[in-house]
Amino acid sequence: MNDLTDPKMAQGSPAPRIDFNAPGFRRKRRLRAWVDRLTHGYVLVGGLAVLVAITMIFFYLAYVVLPLFQGARLQAGAPVAPGWLQGAGKPLLLTVEEQNKVGLRVSDQGQAVFFDAQKGDVLATLSLPLPNGVRLVSIAGSEPGTPWWVAGLSNGQVLLMRTRYTAPYPQNSATLSPALEFPYGQAPFTVDPQGRALEHVAVTASDSRLLLAGASGAQVNVLALTQAAGPLAGQPRLEQAHIDLPQMAEAVKAIYLDPRQQWLYVLNGRAQADVFDLRTRALNGRYKLLEDAEAYVTASQQLAGGVSLMIGTSKGTLSQWFMARDVDGEPRLSHIRDFTLGNQPIAFIRAEQRRKGFLALDSAGRLGVFHSTAHRTLLVQQVATHGDAMALSPRADLLLVEQGRQWLPIAVHNPHPEVSWSALWEKVWYENYDKPEYVWQSTADNSDFEPKLSLAPLTFGTLKAAFYAMLLAAPLAVAAAIYTAYFMAAPMRRKVKPVIELMEAMPTVILGFFAGLVLAPYVEGHLPGIFGLLIVTPLGILLAALGFSRLPARWRLGLPAGWESALLVPVIVLVGGLALWLSPTMETWWFQGDMRQWLSQNLGLGFDQRNALVVGLAMGFAVIPSIYSIAEDAIFSVPRSLTHGSLALGATPWQTLTRLVLLTASPGIFSALMIGLGRAVGETMIVLMATGNTPIMNMNLFEGMRTLAANVAVEMPESATGSSHYRVLFLAALVLLSFTFAMNTLAELIRQRLRNKYSSL
Amino acid sequence: MKNQSIKGWIKSGAPGVWLSAGAVSIAVIMTVGLLLLIAVRGLGYFWPADVLQASYQVPGSPAQTLVGEVVAREQVPRARLRATSTAVPADGPLTMTRELLKVGNRDVYGSDFVWVVADWLADVQAPADLLVLQRREWGNFYGRLLDIREHGQVVAQGADAWAELAPRLERVRHLRRALDRLEAQELSAINRGLENARLQARKLQLSGRFDAAAQADLGAEQSALNARYDEAEARLEALRAQIDRDSLTAVEAGGQAVPISLGQVAHAYRPNAMGPLAKAGFYCTQLWEFLSSGPRAANTEGGVFPAIFGTVMLTLIMAVIVTPFGVLAAVYLREYARQGWVTRLIRVAVNNLAGVPSIVYGVFGLGFFVYVLGGSLDRLLFPEALPAPTLGTPGLLWASLTLALLAVPVVIVATEEGLARIPRSLREGSLALGATRAETLFKVVLPMASPAMMTGMILAIARAAGEVAPLMLVGVVKMAPSLPVDGHFPYVHLDQKIMHLGFHIYDVGFQSPNVEAARPLVYATALLLVLVIVLLNLAAVALRNHLREKYKALDS
Repeated sequence: MNDLTDPKMAQGSPAPRIDFNAPGFRRKRRLRAWVDRLTHGYVLVGGLAVLVAITMIFFYLAYVVLPLFQGARLQAGAPVAPGWLQGAGKPLLLTVEEQNKVGLRVSDQGQAVFFDAQKGDVLATLSLPLPNGVRLVSIAGSEPGTPWWVAGLSNGQVLLMRTRYTAPYPQNSATLSPALEFPYGQAPFTVDPQGRALEHVAVTASDSRLLLAGASGAQVNVLALTQAAGPLAGQPRLEQAHIDLPQMAEAVKAIYLDPRQQWLYVLNGRAQADVFDLRTRALNGRYKLLEDAEAYVTASQQLAGGVSLMIGTSKGTLSQWFMARDVDGEPRLSHIRDFTLGNQPIAFIRAEQRRKGFLALDSAGRLGVFHSTAHRTLLVQQVATHGDAMALSPRADLLLVEQGRQWLPIAVHNPHPEVSWSALWEKVWYENYDKPEYVWQSTADNSDFEPKLSLAPLTFGTLKAAFYAMLLAAPLAVAAAIYTAYFMAAPMRRKVKPVIELMEAMPTVILGFFAGLVLAPYVEGHLPGIFGLLIVTPLGILLAALGFSRLPARWRLGLPAGWESALLVPVIVLVGGLALWLSPTMETWWFQGDMRQWLSQNLGLGFDQRNALVVGLAMGFAVIPSIYSIAEDAIFSVPRSLTHGSLALGATPWQTLTRLVLLTASPGIFSALMIGLGRAVGETMIVLMATGNTPIMNMNLFEGMRTLAANVAVEMPESATGSSHYRVLFLAALVLLSFTFAMNTLAELIRQRLRNKYSSL
Repeated sequence: MKNQSIKGWIKSGAPGVWLSAGAVSIAVIMTVGLLLLIAVRGLGYFWPADVLQASYQVPGSPAQTLVGEVVAREQVPRARLRATSTAVPADGPLTMTRELLKVGNRDVYGSDFVWVVADWLADVQAPADLLVLQRREWGNFYGRLLDIREHGQVVAQGADAWAELAPRLERVRHLRRALDRLEAQELSAINRGLENARLQARKLQLSGRFDAAAQADLGAEQSALNARYDEAEARLEALRAQIDRDSLTAVEAGGQAVPISLGQVAHAYRPNAMGPLAKAGFYCTQLWEFLSSGPRAANTEGGVFPAIFGTVMLTLIMAVIVTPFGVLAAVYLREYARQGWVTRLIRVAVNNLAGVPSIVYGVFGLGFFVYVLGGSLDRLLFPEALPAPTLGTPGLLWASLTLALLAVPVVIVATEEGLARIPRSLREGSLALGATRAETLFKVVLPMASPAMMTGMILAIARAAGEVAPLMLVGVVKMAPSLPVDGHFPYVHLDQKIMHLGFHIYDVGFQSPNVEAARPLVYATALLLVLVIVLLNLAAVALRNHLREKYKALDS
């Protein structure tokens, strides 16, 4: 019974009137409208905010990575022209200390002046302890970042000294007290026994031995100072030894000592470098530094660590050289790479003390900021009209150019010079390497370390791991998908699908643990069995199938169609078990009892316990369900009308499958493989746990790799926020993100097209 | 039906069918096999296995007595064994059996495990008086009990010693509980008080109000706390001395007597003397201890309770964050946004974000949440603690947020699917009856989509609970000093670092010094994690099926 048949209504008796415009109703309606608008706004803002937040991941990663590829910036300060500078003589040395507070200027008059690097005021002046009637001729430091200085005198002697800046109150480093120390005494050492003026000097110090070199004209002399235990404790005795070297053909331009005290580099003549081996006291070779017959060397400098020499020429180019072994294994001074500043002669080169970067100033006052490893020119800018001296602070953030009788302070902002396209993706010739190589080695314990930030070995490792995983997963998953979708009986399908989908939910840390701690040692002990499995299992399946087809029809028909898998489970377990059980026997028969040794002796393959084979197996396991469920969907959704038509025309089920179903579903299967590949590329825990994480580049199945994802997981927690290393790791993450995103998008587009195609059928 | 010829059989495509059937079988065998292996090894960990005593004679050397549990057995080619040991005779069967024996006593032998050739073991027995001690350091001890001492004086010897051991161990356990309570409650409260006082002082200094009165106040508070600290420390020392009062002497297999303080002993049992029932009882005790207590011996022994707690806290907070936001985004996409190429694009992007490697989310979480958000919040809210970071360091909150970001596409996709299933007619009916859009949403659409939201949430939880890679960057550590929930204000400490089951597996299995000894524990932890995730997934599947059944009628 309802209202319409209500007798009262039918009689038209007055129903209770509702006044919808009563104030109560109006208030309620306003409230409802207000709630509606509020909800609308809330959903709009909230929904959009969530969507923006999750897409922000792209932008944030890019935002962190971007500074890597920005160049350097200079900010010129007001020129400083303190009064004392006017009569201070020609500068031989200009340096600034760590905190950019105190500078040191040594003039050819033998005056060392410590000054306030900001204002130019004199903080302390001292005269170098020169013998009577002797002039200061030259001055040089040990390799960048070390505190030793050596001054060459006009009588063939040198003064050895060290700068030291101490903060009187460790808590409050507002003031620094600078000092020039003479740890080996204030008496000069005789380098040139004939007493000629030393026009070029060099020094290098190790813990126990100090080398001094001086050149006058075409003659080079080397003096070694060795700390020997003195007769009294605490009074070390110095032993001096001269190292005799042959005379050069032409006048010496510059000399440098290798911090490892093996090599002496003598630049002489127009553009020639003679390299002496100080251990054998023999000439290593004479090297022509320039091909161009009109150009000559105008400036030179050692880079941080003292391994590389930078040579500046009269044509405005710079080239990097260091000792590397040639094809015969002989160390040779090798030309590594070139930079170009302009077309004016290079006047000064200053090396950064913490990185392999350097700055160069040409005679027209044009400044260039470079980085050697990254082969990068970060900036070229006119900063002066010429330069008389130049100092670069230890943190490479302040440049002081002396021009005329004034200083130009220039703030240098150059946070990430060591990253460039070529450093990340191309072969780079690193110091102490014999040829250009792909290397990832981001940190080391010594301070003058050259970071090797090539993403190439990591990307290679990622693809190698993904390749082996796909090698296992793709055929298995696609075949399983074909059978499940096309042949399998429906009741079995309902049970099998969740089991395989359960694989997908398996935490990868468990697969990684299984691969690293269980599978890896097992595979190592049963290598022949594992390879046997690959051959024996398909053979066993075929034999079982053939045997089954030979059975009497009565038995054969006992198995309903679509249950073959269930029948095969015991067969595979049996055959697989047999293969593994026979593994030690096979190993004895064919591989002299140890397949690992056999591999390295007969095939020259190295073997790590945690290797690509283990990763392939474990990650294949992780990838199978992703491929399986999408491929299965694609095959299952091929319209039945098509297959029925084909079968009705007399094709066998197998013909229908290969000529029709697979063809129709191929885009779907392709997109399943793409998604599987994306998952294999981004997988972290399995590769972290199942490989040795060594960044090597080879396809050997029995060696490990390091992938981008594992590398990020390993190194991210220890990298300093904002450092180049940190940003390069972000770049690795961005590469991963872009790669998988592109893969997934491609797969998604293909799938959508496929779906549209089916819906029209 | 007649048997075909082999040629016909191949031509019919049957080999292909069978091979693809084999692929399914292999996939199923792999899954089930892995689960079974983890289950068997994980559950076997707690079973008190028999301890064997045998005489082991390597040909050409004197025989020695070995006591231990057999943990693995394998066949090795004779040639490979010969390469490692010259004692292996050249002739005989091609392969030999090798057994891995856990002999414990790491402090005496240097290593817990020894590989032995099974053929050289003779006179294998399981004497009832063999004793196993689970120790707090140095792993297990295997041997025979000699005597019990109190303050170094022998109080029981021989057969009486075993009876005397249990009550004394009980006393030690009691004392240790008191010690733990003292450490966890009083000492940590005092430390917190001292830290608060320091921060208070710093805060006043920063705001320029650190005058003499405030200094005196804080000074008095600090000295009171210091006095309490000294007093608690003294009680702690007394308890420690009490714990170390008793000791036992045991002989290891080689006959060397080893003194062990009872304070070092976690459990003592004689597995060979236990009947099946006693073993089952012991099994349950061990299982319960595994689930309820904290780790010891650098995580390689003891329980995983902090890791379970951390995992649960993490996923709960993640779920609380992710569900409303995911639903909001889905409702916007499906109900409010104009359907066009923009929404399609967004949908593709969201779908794809679900496939982005999890480590990328970890990197984002570390860079954005921890350093940018956390760093800014620190400067705003906790300037007095700087430069020590409060929120600007990896912690529970950031780990949850990172996981939420990782899982939000899952929730969006699942909820959207649920919303799409609701027939248009229902919405239109509601609107036709005069309901506003908001009312339709809250009273009709959302209730009907609630199972889908639940599915999404459970899938998100399952995905998040199994993730480890991003967590390594944003707040999971191998050993957290305390739980993120305790009795002190504000009760839930979102800034704390936590432990996690997945990371525990990685850490114990790959970073611990004694991997072989820790392996059973890793199996048990893995089993626990698998169980949690399988249960969550099954729940999601059941919910999804329930939902489909419920709305099947509406579809047609």
